[in-house]
Amino acid sequence: MRVIKEAIAGTLESSDLLVKVAPSDTGRLDIVIQSEVIKQFGKQIKRVVTDTLDKLSVSEGSIVIEDKGALDCVIRARVQAAVLRGSDSDEADWGKLS
Amino acid sequence: MKLRRSMLFVPGDNAAALSTAFVYKPDSIMFDLEDAVSPREKDSARLLVFQALRHPAYQEIETVVRINGLNTEFGLKDLEAAVRGGVDVVRLPKTDSADEIHELEAHVVRIEKACGRLVGDTKLMAAIESASGVVNAVAIATASPRMIAIAIAGFDYLVDMHTKRSGGSEPELFYARAAVLHAARAAHIDAFDVVYGDVNDDEGFLREVTIARQLGFDGKSLIHPRQVELLHRAYAPTPQEVEHARRVLAAAETAHHNGLGVVALDGKMIDPPVIEEAEMVLQRAEAS
Repeated sequence: MRVIKEAIAGTLESSDLLVKVAPSDTGRLDIVIQSEVIKQFGKQIKRVVTDTLDKLSVSEGSIVIEDKGALDCVIRARVQAAVLRGSDSDEADWGKLS
Repeated sequence: MKLRRSMLFVPGDNAAALSTAFVYKPDSIMFDLEDAVSPREKDSARLLVFQALRHPAYQEIETVVRINGLNTEFGLKDLEAAVRGGVDVVRLPKTDSADEIHELEAHVVRIEKACGRLVGDTKLMAAIESASGVVNAVAIATASPRMIAIAIAGFDYLVDMHTKRSGGSEPELFYARAAVLHAARAAHIDAFDVVYGDVNDDEGFLREVTIARQLGFDGKSLIHPRQVELLHRAYAPTPQEVEHARRVLAAAETAHHNGLGVVALDGKMIDPPVIEEAEMVLQRAEAS
């Protein structure tokens, strides 16, 4: 799945996160994560984000995340929503969203 | 027998609510993709609910998803997310006829087969929100063996009836409540009463719970977590009712042991409906 336009999903409310995606200028996948709990859960958040992007076959793009203490399931959902909104596909492939 | 006193609405686009709703221990949690979610957030909410359904915290509680109507651009997508996410019950809003349940069931079967779920695993319930729905309540309640409950939704119904809530004994809702209850009883499924919108008015809420309970509703749809405990307390049997239920079951056990079909307790006959009622009393007492 390719990110072809800028898109956002989520909010900056507590227990949520804001995900911004944009096409890559460099052809790389750049992930930036800011979180109030980065010291405790930074690695876990990064793992959930990269795993979610892997399943969606997103290999390039800019992914910026501002986390407000979201659970893993919320992180997965918001990353998926932002990528789907910014991609060239408007139909969900549920096998890749599991 | 599944206890269904409280069905707590959780807006499908509210991450904080989805992350915490289980701690309030309602009997069922209903993730709402319909009225609580704005059209531009439907896609994101659908994914949130899909992921929440798979969270370990929601494996121990009955989950319900209120999808958008199948006549909208969102309904089928919501249904895909709910069934594939493993929801226990799909709630169809604004149900006017049995045909709508048949259509819903056909789509559920298709999705269950496509995602490898056991066919028949996903249960259904309908919300009645119009005069047509009330008139067709029996047909709706009996439209499928998957049906587990039917609910009356007051706001849209009263608009359809050209009236509004009056408070007090609510005569404007009496016919609809009675019709939905009779449909539920004829179909042997549960019945849910309307939501009470003023979350700060405990007195009004409890007055309405008393009416619903006395009429025979199994439970009530709730829009705020603080209503869960209030409702459970109101539905809790009194110590006298619990003691009587225990004596009924003990008498029935003795009769069974002695090979007797019926037995009397305090001069009153103990038969299967009385035993069933006693079991329900003890179940409610245990859960309260």
